[in-house]
Amino acid sequence: MSLYSEKVMDHFRHPRNVGIIEDADGVGEVGNAKCGDIMKMYIKVKDGILTDVKFETFGCGSAIASSSMATEMIKGQPLSEALKLTNKAVTEALGGLPAYKLHCSVLAEQAVQAAILDYYKRNNIPYDPEEFKCALCAHEHDHTADDGDET
Amino acid sequence: MFIYADHAATTKILPCALEVYNKTCEEFYGNPSSLHTAGQRAKEILEKSREEIASILNAAPREIYFTSGGSEADNQAILSAAYAGAKKGKKKILSTAIEHHAVLHTLDKLKREGFEIVLLPVGHEGIVKAEDVKNAIDDETALVSVMLANNEIGTLQPVEEIGEICREKGVLFHTDAVQAVGHIPVDVQKIKCDYLALSAHKFGGPKGVGVIYARKGAPLSPLIEGGAQEKGKRAGTEDLPAIAAMSAALKASIADMGATSALLKRLQAKLIDGLERIPHSSLNGDRTRRLFGNVSFCFEGCEGEALLLYLDDEGICASSGSACTSGSLDPSHVLLAIGRVHDVAHGSLRLTLGPENTEADVDYLLEKIPEVVEKVRSFSPVWRDLKEGRRQYIL
Repeated sequence: MSLYSEKVMDHFRHPRNVGIIEDADGVGEVGNAKCGDIMKMYIKVKDGILTDVKFETFGCGSAIASSSMATEMIKGQPLSEALKLTNKAVTEALGGLPAYKLHCSVLAEQAVQAAILDYYKRNNIPYDPEEFKCALCAHEHDHTADDGDET
Repeated sequence: MFIYADHAATTKILPCALEVYNKTCEEFYGNPSSLHTAGQRAKEILEKSREEIASILNAAPREIYFTSGGSEADNQAILSAAYAGAKKGKKKILSTAIEHHAVLHTLDKLKREGFEIVLLPVGHEGIVKAEDVKNAIDDETALVSVMLANNEIGTLQPVEEIGEICREKGVLFHTDAVQAVGHIPVDVQKIKCDYLALSAHKFGGPKGVGVIYARKGAPLSPLIEGGAQEKGKRAGTEDLPAIAAMSAALKASIADMGATSALLKRLQAKLIDGLERIPHSSLNGDRTRRLFGNVSFCFEGCEGEALLLYLDDEGICASSGSACTSGSLDPSHVLLAIGRVHDVAHGSLRLTLGPENTEADVDYLLEKIPEVVEKVRSFSPVWRDLKEGRRQYIL
């Protein structure tokens, strides 16, 4: 397949951190079945660190690979670092995505933020809405990618 | 294992067609428009191919025009009829919701130019009702365009009835027969069509060549200007090797049609029966009134592109009508037109079999597809919601 990079195909064929966390500290779901992509992210948090991350994705090859890559990039990281994850970083780590697939990496960024936002809300932790702009607008799911690399 | 099950996308060129292609390249390289011997020998091949194809379609040779393929033929037929109609004040065109984009996008263009476009529904079975066509025709109607067989779900449209209605009402009738020619008998006199489009690579011919049949007297204006080729209706030096190979491929397909149909009918029944055993799956389109090679399914809780990529890893070439494979947000317009909701339409899989497929291929497909569907569902949040009762099954 030349549609996707080897890195994308590797994550698609062998997705990392697949599954659910029964006693998750935060759960985020973004996208909708109508558009053909849903990502659900589960997180465990201890002392401000993401000790475990799992995901489930209904979507195409790049959606599955993006969620897999995103979990790998944030697992073990402090929440503050995980919140800085951008769709651009996910896309770059995957060795690029076709232009019309960039929204899949946006969903991954939104899913991470949505899960962390859920964790903050559950624990009444004050948060800066600016940091969650992406997750807060995720329900609109407009499939726009900001500044993504086209390869 | 390598199984090619995407014959509706394209087919491998038949050995006899390839042989004719190569021979024509080597021996008949003259320009058919040239007066010298080399040119006239090429002209003979061109006209022989035209006669052969005309004879198979039950048309007159002068009604056959060579094009770059089915899309060009569809464009030319529709635009010719539309502009001729507009001159008489008729600016309404009837078609169906499941046409190929070569037809739908041409109609979109006409709509922007002020034509009224009416797309008739096809129901769950994926077949338009001739009665609906009849009722929709009025004095403003310039053209009816209904495909012979659908490219995604293979359903056969009642073109003979529609042709009869159009003839009675004095309305031009175009049929996109790209998926049908070479696979089922196609006779322009029985269909009573004024235009018909076909494409060589769908029946073992080369890519980039096709035919527009235009009945004598039907308006036909060129899309490409620049020469007297094809009686001024299609300029450009003819792709003679491709045209000759198309004729050879069509003759061979017609000769083998009985045996191929019997094989495909058997393989199709086995494949449909097997795939129906996958829970929460459903065949798209009418089970019997469809091309023998076509098996199109929706699997709930699955996304089609993921299915295709995992199947490709197993050596299976198939296609899907999911949004992700189309590069747009919407899944296939055909699946939506037969009433599949978006969530379900994203999980579609199209397998189109051809004469080289075997029982063993179908066994392999029936071993791998359920495995891959299960794999994709295993990490689908939609499937989990369905399984755990948070979402209602549709299929």
